[in-house]
Parts: sequence; structure tokens; C-alpha cells
Amino acid sequence: MKRTLRGLGALALGAALWGCSDPEPQPEPGPGPAAGIEDGGAGDPAGLEAFETVYAVLTHPRCMNCHPAGDRPLQHDASVPHALNVQRGPDDAGRVGMRCTTCHSQANHDQPHLPPGSPVWRLAPRAQAFEGKSPRELALQLKDPAQVHMTGEELVAHVRDDALVGWGWNPGPGRSPVPVAREDFVAAFNAWLAAEAPVPQEDE
Amino acid sequence: MKLTINGEVRDLPGLDPETPLLWALRDGVGLTGTKFGCGMAQCGACTVHVDGQATRSCVLPVGQVGEREVTTIEGLSPDGSHPVQQAWVELGVAQCGYCQVGQIMSAACLLKQIPKPSDDEIDAAMAGNVCRCGTYPRIRAAIHRAAGGGK
Repeated sequence: MKRTLRGLGALALGAALWGCSDPEPQPEPGPGPAAGIEDGGAGDPAGLEAFETVYAVLTHPRCMNCHPAGDRPLQHDASVPHALNVQRGPDDAGRVGMRCTTCHSQANHDQPHLPPGSPVWRLAPRAQAFEGKSPRELALQLKDPAQVHMTGEELVAHVRDDALVGWGWNPGPGRSPVPVAREDFVAAFNAWLAAEAPVPQEDE
Repeated sequence: MKLTINGEVRDLPGLDPETPLLWALRDGVGLTGTKFGCGMAQCGACTVHVDGQATRSCVLPVGQVGEREVTTIEGLSPDGSHPVQQAWVELGVAQCGYCQVGQIMSAACLLKQIPKPSDDEIDAAMAGNVCRCGTYPRIRAAIHRAAGGGK
């Protein structure tokens, strides 16, 4: 936790993300929720509402298909396992002989049913699976430094600037784009962080 | 447009950069060993190497190749003596043969990176190469044979 906070520096955004208002020393983060984070209950209503938008985007096929729970990518609006037994591989970009770039080039094609493309094409790390996660589980995961592998600043940059994330709004013919405008998604993400990243209750 | 194909720089004037690499090879350069199968990266018949990586040439716009080196079946060996090709002949892998160029290119890519692949590594590397004749058992056996130096 301390290491994470040093990495974030004085960024109020990051401070809000990791819930660092507690000045007491915290244990190193484990597989569960990041230390020092208030779980649910006292969540800010506006922050929780913002997270509903965040959750809807992250679990949309355009985001979730490359954040699968297992070692196979998903595809199509139905999020079915990727054809041809495509697998994650050790670097999240495919196995030897069947790399993502074996078929995915640097840009979309203008005809349907062809492999879409982007300058970078790969899966998210397995620790950042979105598939099958409840709103509460996903919120806790995003706040867990052991799983997220990004500082608060990097997370915001990922949703705001990353080219492969941006592909979700320009997925080519035959695929539904993310239904929330990217700027609205980024605004909701920031609003959730600014509200100290409240975690929804399990039944929400 | 210039492409490096099988170690030679080939000039292809007036080529639309959106042209799939497959058609640059077959129609532009006359290298017809690489086959058209599905045209949508679903079968693997068009597999070539781009900087050593198995790549479906039917969906790769030639304008994205840049200075990367393209290797086709014709460049794998000048006389069919590549260990994979030899193993294919020795075991009589091909039935109709149409997909086999792509199969051989994927197998050669695999063996260059994993000289002694397991069945799992073979299956993963070859999963995108479809064979309607069902020669998969012989393909796997031939890859093992090539990995053992042809013995």
C-alpha cells in the first residue's frame, strides 16, 4: 500500500482511488480488497451511479471479450470463445504459431466477418478479467493494486487514451460499439474515483 | 511499393496498399505456392511468414508489411529439402493437398521457435490451419518427425 501511494505521489485522483485517508500503516495488498478501502455501505450515491456506467462499459463485449476469465479470448457480440481454439499464451498475445497478429492486422477491414485490427492487439492480463464479475467484484478488483497492475493515473490514461481501448468505439462492421460515448465513460470513471471509489453492495 | 520476399527486394509499382499480401504474392510476383482458401483468416491456407511469424496473407494489407521480410513456401527451401517438407513427403501427409502449404508454413514457424514441441504446442500452433481431408494425425506425426531430424 505504501509503495503504491509513493507511486501515485500527490495525485488526489490516485489518493481517492486507493482510499488512502487512513494514515495508519497498512499490510501489503493480498488477493482480496486493497487495504484501507471502505467496502460498500457508506458509498457515495453519485459515485455508485457513476460506477453503474463504468460497469456497463467494462462488461460490454467490446471490453470484456479481451478481458476474459480464462485463457481464451471471447468474440462477437455474444462473447463466445474465440474460434480456432485461440489461446492467451504467456504474454497475453497468443501461443507460438498462433499469435494475435497471425490474423489481426493494424486496422479494421471495411467488410464484415474479417478479423478486426488495431496497432496493438492482445488480451488484458488474467488478473484483470471482467467476464463473470458482479459490480461489487469488479469495483474491488479495480481497487486492488495486486490485481490491477496500474496506478490510478495509469488506469485513467488506459480508459482515456489507450488505442486498443478506443477500438471499442470503432470496432468495424458487424460489431456493436460501446454504447456509452468514450468521454462520458471517462467522466463516469473519474466521478467514481473522485467519490473515493465506492463499492456496490453484492445485491446491487 | 517495395516488398522483401524470400530474401529479394521486389518492386510492385502501382500496387494499392489495401491489396491483401496474398494477391501481391500470387498476381504481383507470380509466387503461386501460397493458396487462397477462405479470404477471411479462418482456414490458414494462405499462411506465410512475416519476420518469421506465421501470418494469414489473405487479410494483411500489403501496405502494412513495410520493411518486414516475407517468406513463402518457395522461400522455405529452394528444392523442397526443408525438414518439414521432407517429413511431409516421408509420411505422405497430404491427401488433396490444398491446405498443405499453409500447414507446412505454420509447422516451420513452430519448429523454428520450439524445436521439440509437445503435442499441446503443436495443437496450439496448428489450430488455425484447417484440413478438410482430415490429415491432422499425420500432420502432428510429421512435425514430431521433423523435430527429430527426419528420423
